Amino acid sequence: MAKTFAITILVFWLGAVLLARLLDVHGNAIDLQHILSAPSIQYWFGSDDLGRDILARVLRGAEISFLVAIVVTIVNMAVGVTIGLLAGFYGGRLDRLLMQVTDVFLAFPGILLAIAFAAVLGPGMLNLVFALCLTGWVSYARLTRGQTLSLRHRQHVLAAESLGASAFRLMWRHILPLLSSLLMVEATYSLASIMIAEASLSFLGLGIQAPNASWGAMLRDGVRYMLVAPHYVLIVGLSLMSLILGINLGGDYLRDRLDVRSTQ
Amino acid sequence: MNLKHLISRLLSVIPVVFGVVLLTFLLIHVVPGDPVEVMLGESASVADSAALREELGLNQPLMIQFGQYFNKLAHGDLGRSIHTKIPISVLIKERYPATVKLAVVALALGLMIGVPMGIYAALHAGHWQDFVITIISVRFSAMPAFWLGPLLMLLFAVWLGWLPVSGMDSPGAIVLPALTLGFGLSAILTRMTRTSLLEVLNDDYIRTARAKGLSERAVILRHALRAALLPIITIVGLQMGSLLAGTVITETIFSWDGIGRLLVESIEKRDYPVTQACVLIVSLSYVLINLVTDLLYQVADPRMRHA
Repeated sequence: MAKTFAITILVFWLGAVLLARLLDVHGNAIDLQHILSAPSIQYWFGSDDLGRDILARVLRGAEISFLVAIVVTIVNMAVGVTIGLLAGFYGGRLDRLLMQVTDVFLAFPGILLAIAFAAVLGPGMLNLVFALCLTGWVSYARLTRGQTLSLRHRQHVLAAESLGASAFRLMWRHILPLLSSLLMVEATYSLASIMIAEASLSFLGLGIQAPNASWGAMLRDGVRYMLVAPHYVLIVGLSLMSLILGINLGGDYLRDRLDVRSTQ
Repeated sequence: MNLKHLISRLLSVIPVVFGVVLLTFLLIHVVPGDPVEVMLGESASVADSAALREELGLNQPLMIQFGQYFNKLAHGDLGRSIHTKIPISVLIKERYPATVKLAVVALALGLMIGVPMGIYAALHAGHWQDFVITIISVRFSAMPAFWLGPLLMLLFAVWLGWLPVSGMDSPGAIVLPALTLGFGLSAILTRMTRTSLLEVLNDDYIRTARAKGLSERAVILRHALRAALLPIITIVGLQMGSLLAGTVITETIFSWDGIGRLLVESIEKRDYPVTQACVLIVSLSYVLINLVTDLLYQVADPRMRHA
C-alpha cells in the first residue's frame, strides 16, 4: 500500500510540474484585483499578497525544489563516496586524516553551516547548492567507509587483486556495486531532507530570490499574512509535506525491497 | 570509567574544535569581493572602511589573521558588531540564556510527551494504539519548524486564542516555540522508548521480577524502564545539538530573542562578525553537548565502564 501511495504522490507532483512547464505557467503575473483571495474557480489555491496564482507558484517552487535536491544529492554522493572509498580502501594514515575531517563537519549542526555560508556567499543557485553540499557529503563518506572496510577483505576483492586488478578497478567494479542499493536508499531519503533544508534557507530569505517562487519564501509570506489569509500558509505547507511524505515512503519501500534482495 | 579512555575522549575534541574555529574563521573570507565593502555598503567613507579593515585585521596575511582570531577567541574576545560597536560577547551573553531556556523547555516537553507515549505503545504492542502512535511518530517526526510552528500558531493562538502568537512577555509565550522545537524529539523518543522497552521486556530478569510477584507497575517502571533508558540518554544528547540549530527558524517565527534570532538579524544587517560568532558559539555548544553525552553514557551503563 505504501508503495502505491508513494508512487501516486510522486507521479502526481512530477506530472503537475511537467504540465506547468509545458503550459508555460510561471505564476509571476500580478493581479492587484485579487490580493490574498481565497481559493476560487479562477485561482484554485487562492492568490498571494501580490495577487499571484498560488497554484502556479507552488508548481514552480516544486520544480526548483526538485532540481536543487537532485543536484545537491549527486554532488554529495560523488564527494562522499569518493572520500569513503579512499578511506576504507587504503586505511591507515589516509583513513585517519579523512575521518578527522569528516568529524569536524559532523561537529557542526548541518543546517547552521548552510545558513551561514548561504548568507555570506549571497544569493544564487550555485551558492545555494554549495551551502547545502557543505555538510551533506559526510553521511555518504561515513556509510561508504564503513562498508568498504569490510568489503575490502571479501574473497572476490582479494581474488581480483591477486589477478592484478588496479586499486581503481577494485573500488569501482568490485566494491562500489555492492554498495549501490544502500547508497540509493540513502540518496532517496536525502532528497527529502535537502528539500526541507532548501525551504529553511529560503524561509530565512536566503537561497532562491524573488520573484522566483520557492516554498520556503512562500511559507514565510504565508506566516506574515496568516491572520487574513490562512489558506496561503496551509496550502504551501501541505504541498511540501505531501511531497516529503511521498519521498520518504518511496525510501521505505526501496529499503525494504533492496534489503530483502541482499539477504537472499 | 577508566582514566585512559576519559583522556583520549577529551583529547579527541581538540582537532574538532580547531576545525570548527577554522571553518567559522573562513566564513568572512568567502564573501565574494571585498568583505568590508559588502558589510558597510558602497557609500561608506574611505576612513571608515580602512578602520574596519584594520579592526578585522583584513590587511594581514591569512595565516596571521587566523592566529590573531584564535588568540582573541582564547581570551574570550569575539570582536565587535560593525554597526553598533557593541562587543559581541555582550550580545551573546544577552541572547544565549533565552535560547538555552527554550531548548531546555523543548527537551522537557519532548521527554514528557515521548517517553510515556513510547511506554504506552510498547505495552500495547501489536494493538491499534501501538499502530497509531507508531504511524504518527514515524511520519510526523520530520515536520520542519517552519511548517509546524505556523500550524500551532494558527490553531492555539489565532483560532483558539489560548496562547500568545509570539514574543516573550507572558509566561505562556514559551509553550508554542518549545512545542515546535521539541516535537521532533518527542517523536524520536517515542520510537526509541518503544523499541528498547520491547527488547528489555523479553529478558530473563523481567520474568524473574514478575515471577516473584512484583506488580506490573513496578516491573515496568523500576526494572524495565531503567535498562531501556540508556539509549534514550544518547538520543537526547544528540538531539540537543539539533535543537540548538533548530532554534534559528523557531526563534524567527515566534520572535523569540535568542541566539538564533541574533544570527538571522546579523545576516540581514550584514554584520558578519556577529554571524561568525553565533555560528561558532552554537557549534561549540554542540561539540560540548556531544562530549558530555558520551561521557554520561559511560557512567550510566556499568558495562561500559570496564570496556
